[in-house]
Amino acid sequence: MQASKRTVGSDVLRFPDYPVQGLAGTSFKPEHLPAILAEGSRHGFFEVHAENYMGAGGAPHLALSRIRQDYPVSLHGVCMSIGGPRPLDRDHLARFKGVVDRYEPALVSEHLAWSTHDTTYFNDLLPLPYNRSTLELVASHIDQVQETIGRKILLENPSSYLVFEESTMPETEFIRQISERTGCGLLLDVNNVFVSAANIGSSAMEYLADYPLNLVEEIHLAGHSEQETEEGELLLIDSHDGPVSDAVWKLFEIVIARSGPIATLIEWDSAVPDWPILHREAIAAQAILDRGQHIEMPHGDAYAISR
Amino acid sequence: MRFPAENPAMEEKLDFAAYFAGGLLDPHREIPECVSDPRGKSAERRYNIYRNNVIVSLIDALAAIFPATQRITGPEFFRAMARFHIRATPPSSPLLFEYGHDFPAFIERYEYARDMPWLADVARLERAWLDAYHAADEPPLAKEALSQVPPELLGCLRFRRHPAARLVCSNYPVVDIFNANRSDAAVGKIAAATAQSALITRPAFDVELRGLPKDAEVFLSRLLEGGSLEVAAASAFEVSSEFDLASTISMMIEAGVFTATFPGEVQHGY
Repeated sequence: MQASKRTVGSDVLRFPDYPVQGLAGTSFKPEHLPAILAEGSRHGFFEVHAENYMGAGGAPHLALSRIRQDYPVSLHGVCMSIGGPRPLDRDHLARFKGVVDRYEPALVSEHLAWSTHDTTYFNDLLPLPYNRSTLELVASHIDQVQETIGRKILLENPSSYLVFEESTMPETEFIRQISERTGCGLLLDVNNVFVSAANIGSSAMEYLADYPLNLVEEIHLAGHSEQETEEGELLLIDSHDGPVSDAVWKLFEIVIARSGPIATLIEWDSAVPDWPILHREAIAAQAILDRGQHIEMPHGDAYAISR
Repeated sequence: MRFPAENPAMEEKLDFAAYFAGGLLDPHREIPECVSDPRGKSAERRYNIYRNNVIVSLIDALAAIFPATQRITGPEFFRAMARFHIRATPPSSPLLFEYGHDFPAFIERYEYARDMPWLADVARLERAWLDAYHAADEPPLAKEALSQVPPELLGCLRFRRHPAARLVCSNYPVVDIFNANRSDAAVGKIAAATAQSALITRPAFDVELRGLPKDAEVFLSRLLEGGSLEVAAASAFEVSSEFDLASTISMMIEAGVFTATFPGEVQHGY
């Protein structure tokens, strides 16, 4: 992989500035490190949850530093509570900036969700209504994050299980307006689109047709699980505990055929398999990305995907 | 899904999170009125997905921090105990690797765990192990550090604690129980009568664990509190006249308990 020398201000970067565009990557699990190094392909990228690298020192930093020498890294925050009504936790924001500064990630992202309220951290991505008040709120939080870390973040669409009475606009419109107001980019989680559409009874194709694909800089693919209610209704759970489903691969192909290659991550966070199995998912994603190589994203094309 | 036209007169409040959060850890609370099932049915089942995610993910977090504790009690017992603790003391920080510092004290009070009086100490040791794992990187005191100190100054020497170094004192063989239950290997017989204290250190990147006899524990406790070598040794000899000062000092250097020495105030003579 070719690395170019880049400088920020007068500081030379500590790590190589590897490009990430058009590459498929996986979640980084420290137990995979020996297998990754032994394989030594140096192709692709790895994503980590920022919170796992907020400890002072020790093995986690050793492992991530080693990976970062050879690969671009994407930093994914899971608990900033950007979508919550309370002011952002300044200590947490400072820690987040610390990880960004330390690892010089190629991509930085967070969720359209909240996970802390008052003094309790719920360790889940909790939903919010979509209306003018929450638009103001989320936009101001994203401004604050971007100003603090000194760079753009990508905002990820959530998986939904219910709807809010107080919502006055569709999620796609909400996300588009957030991006227009804050300049943030987007992380399109295709599995979340599929899961939400099934749970809410809407259409994944309509969602993608309305979604501002031209602002997407990263895609997430993951496995989901199924749960049946007493009434025989099927609910999909965004569980990240298995391979990507056929339907999600299909949606991904449709997106890439329209947008051209975009950095794409295979997320696998529980019941994590051995490295070769996870890597195979990334190789499958890379093949689809490579087929989209000749496609250039039409700018400002709102209806990139027909319904 | 349909959306009503934006109505500026409509009051959009930002208290959705308070309503939504209220019932997440309280299964008896009514589900919030602000949410609904898109097909018009009760949203309870759907709200329960969040309830389940929250409690299960936090139980899993405690199980990951306290694997030996879970192996001793069995998963069913552990998960029930963890559930009670989480509802009483949910995490306040988003850094879950810092969660569970109150769990050992909870185990001590937990009535179903009373016939396992060593369980809380095993949990204390597991919590300390993870603190050491994430502690700041610092090189420990060099092996030859003490040989360079003039003999007449050795007695008043004091030590700076390494960020990873911890001592967990117990009346039970806590190190043996920990070691036997942090792997999948079969647990042999452990004599419950042996008191053991645990020294946890991380001289480089691997956490190290040593069982200490009472005299060595008292010696290191004094040094970790900032006491001088002389004072610490005197305390250890009070516990046992057979305290092995030389080998305890070489063990503590090898384990990486300290990062530096500094001269203390001269306490005797002079």
